[in-house]
Amino acid sequence: MFDWRWDFTFEILPRLLGATLNTLAAAGIGYGIALVLGLLLALAQRTPYRPVTMVVRELVEFVRSTPLVLQIFFVFYVGPQFGIRLSPWVSGMIAIGLHYAAYLSEVYRAGLDAVPKGQWEACRALNLSMRRTYSRIIIPQAVPASLPGMGNYLVGIFKDTPMLSVIGVAELMHTANALGSETYRFLEPYTLVGIIFLAISLPTAAGLRVFEAWVRRTLGMTK
Amino acid sequence: MSMQDYPPSLDGDGVPMVRFKNVTKRYGPLTVLDALDLDIEPNEMVSIIGPSGSGKTTVLRMLMTLEEIDEGVIYVDGQPLTHMERGGRLVPANQAHLRKIRGNIGMCFQHFNLFPHMTALENCIEAPIQVLGLSRSEAEERAMELLDMVGLADKTGQHPARLSGGQQQRVAIARALAMRPKVMLLDEVTSALDPEVIGEVLNVIRQLNSEHNLTMLMVTHQMGFAKEISDRVCFFFAGRIAEQGPPEQIFGDPQNERTRQFLSAVLDAG
Repeated sequence: MFDWRWDFTFEILPRLLGATLNTLAAAGIGYGIALVLGLLLALAQRTPYRPVTMVVRELVEFVRSTPLVLQIFFVFYVGPQFGIRLSPWVSGMIAIGLHYAAYLSEVYRAGLDAVPKGQWEACRALNLSMRRTYSRIIIPQAVPASLPGMGNYLVGIFKDTPMLSVIGVAELMHTANALGSETYRFLEPYTLVGIIFLAISLPTAAGLRVFEAWVRRTLGMTK
Repeated sequence: MSMQDYPPSLDGDGVPMVRFKNVTKRYGPLTVLDALDLDIEPNEMVSIIGPSGSGKTTVLRMLMTLEEIDEGVIYVDGQPLTHMERGGRLVPANQAHLRKIRGNIGMCFQHFNLFPHMTALENCIEAPIQVLGLSRSEAEERAMELLDMVGLADKTGQHPARLSGGQQQRVAIARALAMRPKVMLLDEVTSALDPEVIGEVLNVIRQLNSEHNLTMLMVTHQMGFAKEISDRVCFFFAGRIAEQGPPEQIFGDPQNERTRQFLSAVLDAG
């Protein structure tokens, strides 16, 4: 049987729960950046200016084709060589935010493409400006189609936050590692980390499904 | 024709509400409209009939600026739509000019194209608020009047998914009217409808024609309706107007062989 020590478990739990707040903050801030930046990346690919669409397209492909952990290292360690010195938190948020923005831009793109052509034509016939067409008509209809993908990446970014430990962001994984090297006990910290991730991921995924259904209902899109 | 041959604007007496001058539209090697000349007078009701692929719908889509034209100029209410004046000459229109001139035009579509995330009322107030700058209460008041006119005063809070096809098309008509267009384009507005609800949409169009100062251009397969309501019927064939005239002539005594063939085919079928 494992050598599981309950007293040690309860001793480290407060520190891990404290680090959980950092993990949630990292996921939340990173996701917030990704949501906004991703939309900008998706919209930039729809402008009529070919150089803009091509550069943004290549940027998205580049980010999606290289590992997140490399991007985190790159922002943190290569930045200072160009005089850009950023804290682990700022570097981490930029890297993970940009990474997920690239993925979310693809989710948005699919959602925007799914809006029927007739909706664009109706907007033009009513003389709505391009800005209003997007903000009032097209994006609200792209949202329901994008929600499942957006939800997946929310859980995804949460599960990817341990990668921030490589540059010293004191999130869950980093804290568990620190506890392990202080006490030479890894079983309890890592197990607790796994349980904490599960305890947050599972209800979040379930909550997202309820939220999706609610949004569809609210927008009157149930058939 | 070179661009100098087109006047920068139309003035004097009898300016048509819409003028297609030498308008050509191609899709790759296919010429869908071939040097179309067509004038539509203020308050005139013109029906466009013809076989599919004859360019009927393209006429409306170019006028709504959903399609660009390859040659020629379209004028609306004396002003060029597809072009604008620069130093006494016409140059291709920019977006601001297109928006300004197409504000005179409204359109209803075969598949309604209502905004599914908005109620019937919200569909009818969105553009009046955003484009015409009406206050919400003004826009709602006007939208309620129009929805009442099309017989849907009790459906204002419904989303399109909860309305029948005929009801959706009537909301779409109210939505287009809320923008106070001078020209109304109706693109096969009954083609996607179940037979039993076509009548309710036709009734609304009859009412528009008799009670509103609207110039209307209608692409339709409802020959009986076109005959009854039109001031003029244009029969399109292969990107050209093969024959046009008052409905009595087109339906009663067509001069063109193509018109005769088309009408006998559709009237036999229907």
